[in-house]
Amino acid sequence: MTKLESKVPSGHISEKWTNHKFNMKLVNPSNKRKYTIIVVGTGLAGASAAASLGELGYNVLAFTFHDSARRAHSIAAQGGINASKNYQNDGDSTFRLFYDTVKGGDFRAREANVYRLAEVSGNIIDQCVAQGVPFAREYGGLLDNRSFGGAQVSRTFYARGQTGQQLLLGAVSALNRQIDKGTVKLFTRREMLDVVIVDSQAKGIIVRNLVTGEIEKYSAHAVVLATGGYSNVFFLSTNAMNCNATAIWRAHKKGAFFGNPCFTQIHPTCLPLHGESQSKLTLMSESLRNDGRVWVSKKKNDTRHPNDIPEDERDYYLERKYPSFGNLAPRDISSRAAKEVCDEGRGVNGGDAVYLDFSDAIKRLGKKVIEERYGNLFEIYETITGENPYEVPMKIYPAPHYTMGGLWVDYNLMSTVPGLFVIGEANFSDHGANRLGASALMQGLADGYFVIPYTMGDYLATYKPAAVKTDHPEFEKTAKEVKDLTNKLLSIKGKRTVDDLHKQLGRIMWNKVGMARSEQGLKEAIQEIRQLREEFWKNVNIPGSGEDVNQTLERAGRLADYFELGELMAIDALHRNESCGGHFRVEYQYEDGEAKRDDENFSYVAAWEFKDVGNWELHKEPLVFEYVKPSVRSYK
Amino acid sequence: MEAKKLNLKLKIWRQKNSNSVGSFVDYDVQVSPDASFLEMLDELNNRLEAKNEEPIVFESDCREGICGTCGLVINGHPHGPLPKIATCQLHMRNFRDGETIWVEPFRAKAFPVIKDLMVDRSGFDKILQAGGYISVNTGGAPDANSIPVPKDAASEAFDAAACIGCGACVAACKNASAMLFVSAKISHLGFLPQGQPERYIRVQRMIKVMDELGFGSCTNTYACEAECPKGISVTNIARMNRDYVRAKFTSKVIEV
Repeated sequence: MTKLESKVPSGHISEKWTNHKFNMKLVNPSNKRKYTIIVVGTGLAGASAAASLGELGYNVLAFTFHDSARRAHSIAAQGGINASKNYQNDGDSTFRLFYDTVKGGDFRAREANVYRLAEVSGNIIDQCVAQGVPFAREYGGLLDNRSFGGAQVSRTFYARGQTGQQLLLGAVSALNRQIDKGTVKLFTRREMLDVVIVDSQAKGIIVRNLVTGEIEKYSAHAVVLATGGYSNVFFLSTNAMNCNATAIWRAHKKGAFFGNPCFTQIHPTCLPLHGESQSKLTLMSESLRNDGRVWVSKKKNDTRHPNDIPEDERDYYLERKYPSFGNLAPRDISSRAAKEVCDEGRGVNGGDAVYLDFSDAIKRLGKKVIEERYGNLFEIYETITGENPYEVPMKIYPAPHYTMGGLWVDYNLMSTVPGLFVIGEANFSDHGANRLGASALMQGLADGYFVIPYTMGDYLATYKPAAVKTDHPEFEKTAKEVKDLTNKLLSIKGKRTVDDLHKQLGRIMWNKVGMARSEQGLKEAIQEIRQLREEFWKNVNIPGSGEDVNQTLERAGRLADYFELGELMAIDALHRNESCGGHFRVEYQYEDGEAKRDDENFSYVAAWEFKDVGNWELHKEPLVFEYVKPSVRSYK
Repeated sequence: MEAKKLNLKLKIWRQKNSNSVGSFVDYDVQVSPDASFLEMLDELNNRLEAKNEEPIVFESDCREGICGTCGLVINGHPHGPLPKIATCQLHMRNFRDGETIWVEPFRAKAFPVIKDLMVDRSGFDKILQAGGYISVNTGGAPDANSIPVPKDAASEAFDAAACIGCGACVAACKNASAMLFVSAKISHLGFLPQGQPERYIRVQRMIKVMDELGFGSCTNTYACEAECPKGISVTNIARMNRDYVRAKFTSKVIEV
């Protein structure tokens, strides 16, 4: 049985990473090219990892299901990236970023990992600037910063409202350089459908060529998964249409434990739903809360035009409830507060939306300044809704956005399967039960640029994994399993469409495993998910064949995994009898509605081992807080 | 409350694969004016799937106009009739009840159709892989504030770097020229001090690959700028040409 070993190095927290880097084994430069490393996913984590490993001299095979590395969903991140540079002289430090992140995560993250993240955050900014990322600057030519939720210092670096795009283009340019040099080979339009394990080590992957339908085999000495999160289990989320959990889920079924699956983030500032045909929810950057004020009417079912609701009849509920953080309260808290006022019937027209109002900021700073800061976001809003946010307050509502949970990894970012590393949003490691704004980009790049290049070398030098060819029986066997699954899906020929079933699953997840969870609701959800899963396997219909482009088949395979993952999320949420971060159990709250954490019983990472569909074994990694004392997380 | 639905006739390009001949197929749809264009296609596909017919293959991902995956020619315009948006940001309230809408893939020799509305734009990456970067290894960077960059330069670099690599410029051009795309990258890096050391070899290498891939020359009609969802300016092309000429006719000539 696999035991959970976090492998956190000893010593003072500020010296752990430095000491660990020195103690890790190295691979001689001339031996590096003898090692092949597979990197799946080309978002911030994957592209930066593949490029950095290529620079070191390893032979890297990078995979993406997109037509180009640049399409990965990191591209859509808007607001910014945190780093404790303290360029603003406002008291920031590695320790403060570490502290804010641990507290923001509601004391459910591993301290040593978070400290390392804060420690390398400054190097990320240096790296990106050197690559030509056009960050916002002051007139003197130095870098500008803005504030983000959950922090009282200005440490967020940004490139208008398109920071993710610029960082990803930077990482992809580093990747392109290695492709140019021949150290990285990029395989586009390939979807990973399984990991191959030989003698209990990860030795390769099976992918489907999305153009020809061919099932292809690739072998390597180690595999890195950088395949993002699983918010699309809700059907409607801010994730891109093709984001999915298949790579991590299939790895989970091959032995990688899944950490804290119920820790999902519902982002407070998204556009509300317009109707049944809606395909995704659009995020409006959290940076808008720097200058926008969130409010609803004090009256229920108020159908007046927002500009006709007088000042004294408005409830600026975030400023009222959390005076010291105000509109910049962390995401989980802001989302729940929005749900609360809407459940009271005080949302826009009594429905599910609240106002985000810029009129005060425009009066104070002028329209030009607001345009400079948020122009492109205002344009996006107007394109989608047909309303002008300079004149009418925006309408927003929370939506699934990010998953803090993911495959369990140790300090070296290796899963419970030796040789299988997991980086970026795909792992569970740094954000605990709630991620702070502008920290996802930081973590993706920290893992890819500054952690995996070291820990990979240590793995290769320590284990000296042997090369396996793709005609090895395990490769044949795994490829056959993948083919059988494809054929099984295609042969069902039932009556319901993939999207129809996915929307139904999404509704169960949103209503019962979403922002507010209860014991009864979760038990119902588990039953409903199981029933719907059965129906899926009996009654889904996938037209076309497997030997061609077949987007329905791609979506069906992903949905099949969501049915299993969705159940595990509900099981995890049901077992965690406390409220913390994005996980809110209605039974566990203080009288004023704030989350009631239970450190005595739940200060651990829940790492689930897959036994069979619908059957998991729970392992616990205790969380020890030596440097930040867990306290009631107050933003008042 | 959903607004009154629009009745539309769609004429959509269907093509089995790159070797077969395609044609337009008619579909009648009813759609909410609040839906996006791609949501309309989702609904249509869902209807086709329910009848066990093969859905229309089209690509999209972020649906926020930033990933550059989507790209349809709608009534003759790449990304549709409105300026400065990607296909995924086009909403049905911009169409009239009873209208006929023509939907085609991006068409260019260098962008072969894979199936229906899906095309192969991998040529763009091949151009970027020929020097569309600044050579810096991980860990080798100086402090981010050690080289001040004038705010205007950073801002102009950003304007060029905002390109989403969708290929609308190529689809809009009679010669299927990729010069707007290539020049945007040249300008982005050329505005920044970090981009200077490789400036002249970069422009030569990228243009060489662009030509080899079968993209045409600039027509000077500015159709690319007009259809660009991010409003990338044609002045970038002038800048690229200037760098190219300088590279060829000054002491900075580098053989590639």
